Amino acid sequence: MIGRIVGLLLRYLYLYRRSAARVMGVVFWPVMDLLVWGFVTSYLEKAAVPQPVLFLLGAVIFWDVFYSSAQAITLSITEDIWGRNILNVFVSPVRVSELMIATSALGCLRALASAALLSVLAALFYGFHIASLGLALAPFLASLLLFGWAVGMMTTALILRYGQAAEALIWGVPFLIQPLSAAFYPVSVLPAWLRPVALAIPATHVFEGMREVLAGGAFPAARLAAAFALNAAYLAGASAFFVWMLGRVREKGYLARLGLE
Amino acid sequence: MDGLSFTVARGEIFGLLGPNGAGKTTTIQLLLGLTTPTAGEIRVLGLPLLENRREILQRCNFSSAYVSLPSNLTVRENLEVFARLYGVADRRRRIAEVLELFEISDTLKRLTGALSSGQATRLNLCKAFLNDPEILFLDEPTASLDPDIAEKVRVTLQRIQRERSVTMLYTSHNMREVEILCDRVLFLSRGRSVREGTPAEVLAASHAESLEQLFIAIARDGDVRDVSAPPGGPGGEKEADR
Repeated sequence: MIGRIVGLLLRYLYLYRRSAARVMGVVFWPVMDLLVWGFVTSYLEKAAVPQPVLFLLGAVIFWDVFYSSAQAITLSITEDIWGRNILNVFVSPVRVSELMIATSALGCLRALASAALLSVLAALFYGFHIASLGLALAPFLASLLLFGWAVGMMTTALILRYGQAAEALIWGVPFLIQPLSAAFYPVSVLPAWLRPVALAIPATHVFEGMREVLAGGAFPAARLAAAFALNAAYLAGASAFFVWMLGRVREKGYLARLGLE
Repeated sequence: MDGLSFTVARGEIFGLLGPNGAGKTTTIQLLLGLTTPTAGEIRVLGLPLLENRREILQRCNFSSAYVSLPSNLTVRENLEVFARLYGVADRRRRIAEVLELFEISDTLKRLTGALSSGQATRLNLCKAFLNDPEILFLDEPTASLDPDIAEKVRVTLQRIQRERSVTMLYTSHNMREVEILCDRVLFLSRGRSVREGTPAEVLAASHAESLEQLFIAIARDGDVRDVSAPPGGPGGEKEADR
């Protein structure tokens, strides 16, 4: 099992060595995000908004962890569809769980690489030290990775079912979640009717908890507990959805057709 | 597919033939578990497919002219990945062996996307032989090859089949190739079996001079008939009444 997971992981990692687009995904876009938001927050700080640099830079780094985690799963599978390699993978003795673990591990590596880079740059350019989040940092990151996996799995299930027509979801789904998860502002900014929706998203509790810690609050145990409980539900739901959809896709012959699109 | 039933003996090269849309590729996809049948039972290597899919896939492999290995990986990287997926021991040695088998050892460090179509096809076959499969599913494996390379591939496949008793399910539109390679054939039309046997038996039963003649008759009439009779003549009526 380990050998196959390493095999799948290698298959995806090899691509990074000679793909400018993939390196951009790890380096360029996150750095651009950080720079843009850094300058925006610098401006806001001058406008006397309390703690804006910390809040927004922390949110940018955290958002990228979620986004990279989700995208690594969906893009890995989609690239095998684009390259007409997906049938080679599905006719090998790979379990679906092994495929998911390998792509999730890639998501983890990719997210941590981006987060590490952004953290160094944030410290150098804006004096923001992500370590100031203290003990809550690791569970915050873990929670975002888990939510990214759940979203990635659900999106991949839809891509397997609907093929290229659903590929826009790879980029679209995270940005659909972004305004609801209150990444760059508190939930209280949202309209009252939208707040329950926001609080049903694990990432919302991470961003709220992050702001509380940065504002000098205590370790956000309740926020993290809510985030992990929601993540457990989302992951269970996403796994069940993926397995159910794969069964449907096999019954209808969509999987075979997908490899030849 | 409708009412399809056939058995392939160990070590046999079995041709799945028929015009486009007849169900050849679908049959292979059913046998590989890519598509779940709505009714009936599939046994591969004597085992029910649905309950033993992983074990069966571990002992089989697949190559198709319409499926590619990732173009942005080198030949070595691609083969290493699939060697791991199939749990191949001593990967380096095995990769060297299969490359040697198909005479593309010099491509080891090249990007797969930079290979000629002939080399890429042979690389697909290298992937298919990595795990020393007991059954090999080959979907038009020589479709993109020039006659010289196609001949080399056929000779290699025949040699492997003789030496290792690998069972091969083979689809092709090249009837000359089928006559050379296949021990038995099954003609499909519109998802149904219309003729099965050795090439000689099938030709005799259809009064055809060649598999190509029979293929054309099936493609045009959609069902088997006495190809010596004109289309729509007594042979066709007889078959239609059946």
